[in-house]
Amino acid sequence: MTIPLIQAMLNGNRRALARIISQVENDGPEARALLAELYPRTGQAHIVGITGAPGTGKSTLVNALAQLYRQQETPPKVGIIAVDPTSPFSGGALLGDRVRMQNMAGDRGVFIRSMATRGSLGGLARTTADVAMVLDAAGFSRILVETVGVGQAEVDIANMAHTTIVVEAPGLGDEIQAIKAGVLEIADIFAVNKADRDGVNRTVMALEMMLGSGMQVVSHHGRVMKVDTAAQTPAWRPPIVKTIALRHDGVSDLLQAIEQHRSYLWQAGQWQRREAERLRHVLLHVVQDEIMARFRRHVSEEQFQHVVAELLARRIDPYTAAEQLIDAVPQQR
Amino acid sequence: MERKIRILVAKPGLDGHDRGAKVVARALRDAGFEVIYTGIRQTPEMIAEAALQEDVDVVGLSILSGAHMALVPRIMELLHERGMDDVLVVLGGIIPNEDVKALEKLGVRGVFGPGASTQEIVAFIREELNLSPAPAVAA
Ligand SMILES: Nc1nc2c(ncn2[C@@H]2O[C@H](COP(=O)(O)OP(=O)(O)O)[C@@H](O)[C@H]2O)c(=O)[nH]1
Ligand SMILES: [Mg+2]
Repeated sequence: MTIPLIQAMLNGNRRALARIISQVENDGPEARALLAELYPRTGQAHIVGITGAPGTGKSTLVNALAQLYRQQETPPKVGIIAVDPTSPFSGGALLGDRVRMQNMAGDRGVFIRSMATRGSLGGLARTTADVAMVLDAAGFSRILVETVGVGQAEVDIANMAHTTIVVEAPGLGDEIQAIKAGVLEIADIFAVNKADRDGVNRTVMALEMMLGSGMQVVSHHGRVMKVDTAAQTPAWRPPIVKTIALRHDGVSDLLQAIEQHRSYLWQAGQWQRREAERLRHVLLHVVQDEIMARFRRHVSEEQFQHVVAELLARRIDPYTAAEQLIDAVPQQR
Repeated sequence: MERKIRILVAKPGLDGHDRGAKVVARALRDAGFEVIYTGIRQTPEMIAEAALQEDVDVVGLSILSGAHMALVPRIMELLHERGMDDVLVVLGGIIPNEDVKALEKLGVRGVFGPGASTQEIVAFIREELNLSPAPAVAA
């Protein structure tokens, strides 16, 4: 039997969609049942991650990209998830990405959701992948995910997206140093935004240099793949696209690069592999969270404090203590 | 842990700056709320759509232009059309008394003048949402 809220969502009720997302985001009482029922409907969407330092123009680019998608001949429905950090002091958050995404309010084919990281240390919230699943099941075939852009944002988004765009902008200081270590490994596409500013070409050159001219070895999704010259499928070379997001300049080139990467994944037989990798990470996260949750359910704060006191008195070492605590957690939930 | 409360802060109408709205948005964040800030020049449609997509508990409007009697009824209507009558709508601005009455009849629950402190606004929202009076503590 279909959960009424899901039925409403599938009938195009946007409030139902918003409500389901909240349930999932809050890990509410119905979240599990909702996700279980929605999951078979997922797997249709192309998830595109947009990461890069704060202020490089990620939100403005997402806005321009979404509008361009919607202007295509057969426009895909576009879901947007924009993540901003939760304040560690108050637990509150100021989610301001919508400021740059104004013009799509009248378009039913676009759905924008802001998310706070809620204690997650990476560039995404713990439930961002789940929210993407909901949008996927609701028929949004392009999902743009804007990360916080600090910390380990790149790794997180590369693990959940099919295509990862790293946004750079000129004027962030020494080009080579400004380009974060690690982005080369995860970027499928580089967008050098604010191309109206001085220094764009220096940023582009710095990227080209870092990417290397020969491309003997191509990094893809954190995995270094040797280019097999005998193989029929050439490795993907991350293109560098100049954009002026504010003026929607170069955005069609960026969209084209995304669609090319999508075709590449399909043609090279990489899509399924990428999906498997993605789902592996999803599963790993859930397992970690579940184990921790089970631990918390069965080990009281009192018990925990008691063990801390034992540690303090040097009567037990952390490893033995952890083993004993874990052994006390029953196998069944 | 209490459920995260989500608040949309928007500035409808054509008047230019949003210093006041930003101050309130920050105060709400510091009180532990998740604030979706959409900035200036919002049409009623944009506000209702954002409130729906973000599934907010509260819509906070800042209107200094004097156009509240044109904007707020339309926003309330659009929220109603979307089945969002349960959303708490609060309004900040220079609102004459007779207008306050009319707006309250439309379902606006809190109207704050320019002299209102952010603490007052936070306390009002917490009370309306039946939250414990103490602000949320960091997790
Ligand atoms: N000059 C210039 N400014 C831009 C461009 N794209 C975005 N901006 C501005 O850069 C600032 C940050 O943009 P935003 O999209 O919020 O960046 P985010 O923090 O990466 O999401 C805003 O003031 C934008 O108006 C661009 O192409 N050129
Ligand atoms: Mg942003």
